[in-house]
Amino acid sequence: MEHALDITLTVNGVQVSRRVAPRTHLVDFLRDELGLTGSHIGCEHGVCGACTLRVNGAIVRGCLMLAVQADGCKVDTIEGLSDSGELKDLQKAFHEKNALQCGFCTPGMLMAAQDLVLKNQKPTRDEIREHISGNYCRCTGYQAIVDAIEDVIQTKVTHGKG
Amino acid sequence: MGKAELPLHAPGTQVDRGYIGQSVPRPNAARLLQGRGSFIDDLRFPRLAHVAFFRSPYAHAKIKKLDFAKAVKAKGVVAVFDGPTVAEYCTPWVAVLAHLKGIKSPPQHAIAIHRACWQGEAVAAVVAESRSQAEDAVQLIEAEWEELPVVVDMEASLRGDVVIHDEFEDNICFKREHDTGGVDEAFAKADVVVEETFHFGRHTGVCLEGRAILADYNAAEHSLTVYHATQAPHMMQDIFSRHLGIPEGNVRVIAKDVGGSFGIKVHVYADEMATAAISVILRRPVKFVADRLESFLSDIHAREHRVKVRLAASKAGEILAFDMDDLTAIGPYSVYPRTSGIEGNQVVNLTGGPYKHQKYRGRLNVVFTNKNVTCQYRAVGHPIAVALTEGIVDLAAQKLGMDPAEFRRKNLIPDDAYPYTFPSGIKFEKLSHLRTLDKLLGLMNYKSLREEQRTLRAKKIYRGIGLAAMIEVTNPSPAFYGVGGARISAQDGATIRLEPTGMITVMCSVTEQGQGTEAIFAQIAASAVGVSLDKTKIITGDTGVTPYGGGTWASRGAGIGGEAVLQAGRALRSNALDVAAAILKMDKQELDIVGNAVINKLSLEKKMDLAELGRVAYFRPDTLPMDFQSELTVTRHYTPRQYGFTFTNGMQASLVELDPETGFIKLLKHWCVEDSGTLINPMLADEQIRGGVVQGIGAALYEECLYSPEGQLLNGNLADYLVPMSGEMPDIVCSHIETPTMQSQLGAKGIGEAGTAGAPAAVMNAVNDALAPLGARVTAMPFTPERILQALKKV
Repeated sequence: MEHALDITLTVNGVQVSRRVAPRTHLVDFLRDELGLTGSHIGCEHGVCGACTLRVNGAIVRGCLMLAVQADGCKVDTIEGLSDSGELKDLQKAFHEKNALQCGFCTPGMLMAAQDLVLKNQKPTRDEIREHISGNYCRCTGYQAIVDAIEDVIQTKVTHGKG
Repeated sequence: MGKAELPLHAPGTQVDRGYIGQSVPRPNAARLLQGRGSFIDDLRFPRLAHVAFFRSPYAHAKIKKLDFAKAVKAKGVVAVFDGPTVAEYCTPWVAVLAHLKGIKSPPQHAIAIHRACWQGEAVAAVVAESRSQAEDAVQLIEAEWEELPVVVDMEASLRGDVVIHDEFEDNICFKREHDTGGVDEAFAKADVVVEETFHFGRHTGVCLEGRAILADYNAAEHSLTVYHATQAPHMMQDIFSRHLGIPEGNVRVIAKDVGGSFGIKVHVYADEMATAAISVILRRPVKFVADRLESFLSDIHAREHRVKVRLAASKAGEILAFDMDDLTAIGPYSVYPRTSGIEGNQVVNLTGGPYKHQKYRGRLNVVFTNKNVTCQYRAVGHPIAVALTEGIVDLAAQKLGMDPAEFRRKNLIPDDAYPYTFPSGIKFEKLSHLRTLDKLLGLMNYKSLREEQRTLRAKKIYRGIGLAAMIEVTNPSPAFYGVGGARISAQDGATIRLEPTGMITVMCSVTEQGQGTEAIFAQIAASAVGVSLDKTKIITGDTGVTPYGGGTWASRGAGIGGEAVLQAGRALRSNALDVAAAILKMDKQELDIVGNAVINKLSLEKKMDLAELGRVAYFRPDTLPMDFQSELTVTRHYTPRQYGFTFTNGMQASLVELDPETGFIKLLKHWCVEDSGTLINPMLADEQIRGGVVQGIGAALYEECLYSPEGQLLNGNLADYLVPMSGEMPDIVCSHIETPTMQSQLGAKGIGEAGTAGAPAAVMNAVNDALAPLGARVTAMPFTPERILQALKKV
């Protein structure tokens, strides 16, 4: 491969090494090279949030980061956070409140929501809406998503106090 | 005539409606929550090739020369095709319907030949081993063009100074006039006449998953398997078969997970047909996924209308007549096979819909332009008809000095007037406008809101309250498409099989795009048979597996597919009870199935588990009487026929706050009361409505496909084309009225398009209510801050 670069990164806790073209986006690398198709591609210009991933603990757009920039990084995807159980409260709340329809935005939405959950604050509904305002959902009207996130955070806060 | 027939089971079993009416979570949501769905772009195939299209940079131009010499030599390229080559494998189509009299459109090819008619029309296809390689090679195609005159403005198109298609004398695709007579007389004797011209911005669906197709031709079998993000697999099976010359039985269309559709994915797209043809040509699997930029250029657009409307009323506040003239532009082709005449036709049918006036005149002109094509998008025609009706109704109330809610109460068709024939010719089985109005006003606390509004105005806080009543097409009969010659099924089917373990497998022709089709079918099937939800497996979206049917569109899934499932479930229960009666040597009439077991209907005593029944029926039929054969797979179909459409009704309200300095509109709250007939899953229904409302808010405030005078799309990306995001959206309060249709046993009407149908009107009326004390008014959607400030004469 012309001008290809060797990279090594940790994806969902597993170290992987590949030779990639410098222009390959991180989300394309995960989907096409590693077969992790849970991170979706919605706009490829950083607006819709469907490809939201976690890199070294921070959420990023998988379409605005190159795979070579993730060299040496720790990358978490929807598949990894599902299997580790980290997202189970959010997934349960999303399921019970029907905070998804077609499910195409859902992995990115969950990554963004978990980012807020991990901040350990007590956001208002407006602040929840603000936090997920970079994630486009055409199906739900957002309200059930806000309900589900609010529910998880409230339960966590209550348990924290108890 | 069938009739709404619930309860379902023996009285006293406490499950007489089963799961119907319960807010159970969707069983199929779990995989989507873990990122383990199967969208088209997630599928992995050996020898898969990828298609990228070379699209016209001009709105109207002759293709003088296409030079592929460099492109074919590019790395990874398998082949490059132009229009004539693909046309040898895929015949063109003309989108007309016999019942839209006079509708015309030129033949459309999978890849344009000789001429491109809109910016973004595909004129060549590159196939390569990866999508990026295909896109690289597209850049190497050299084209010579001769620009042709461009028709962008619809008034200019109607005038016909430049005619787009040489074979026609004008740019009129379709025209219609409906007149009850007596309209001019009604206006002459009216005390009050109001008139307004409304403009609606062309916008589009913006499904988060782009259009996607993976076609896999098997040369040995002359068979084609198409994995397709579609709402109508059987319709597409027929289309692929006829246009590619492959026997219908050799074409299988599979729609797995679909990432949003909203009507966008129910049409025939030239680039998708080309992809299927290329699979045949290359004898290998080929995939095309529209990226966001080409989605804006090539997904159907909708709703570009200019409507003049007049309303005549008496001074007592009685509406006497509506007079409406609609002009709409559809791009250069009517879209196959549903045509682009339907949206405007619906506006003529639905204008004035909730009211009891008797005189009505509606005129429609549908014209060609050199912009992207338009066609049916969620709530087809309703957002236009509801907004122009409710906008002019509010204006009349204002002129009469009447409260808008009371003016509506005076004019709505009374709840005891049904069945009712509306002046446009459509028939209503049973609607509930006045109950809906009362419920809505109570839900939103209308009087207090009005008082609060008055108090705040004194403090220079400008709030607006907008109401919108509506009628809605659901459960269409064959009168929608079939009578016009389109091979689009109005009936749907369901097969249910009792498995040896006592589980049931349901296969239905209605598809799932996230609205919860599979969940409600599970609820209906489990309830009808008498099993628990966890014993129910649903399969949809595969022409090789399910019964034949129309799929998902026009708010028909629950009402038509759901009824087929209900009838199949009841038939299966009856057949299972035959087996039980044979095993137990009891009279079938004494037995019922409840909670996964056969019970004595009177004593409620459990007689045997369904799993035991299944074991005997499948593995030990030798123990049953010699002349007995169990039939534990049944299929039933359903077609609504008594009415052209099962109309339903609803009403919405919007509360907004205007900032007169910036022109920004803040949405404070939104309410919707909807009569959906029998409600199957209130939670799913609410979220369908909320999603629809937000789509309608997008049309009212943000979304418009902007074109330059040269026909160039100016904002075809997600950064410049604004869609509603969570930060700006209000909480939306939903409530329901249940007036079951008596045409079916289930009694369900449609709900999927309700939110989108009414929200633009409610928001528009709220915005104008907020602007009223400032002496301003807006009539062109979307109501951007710029337009608000123009109305306030601040810019």
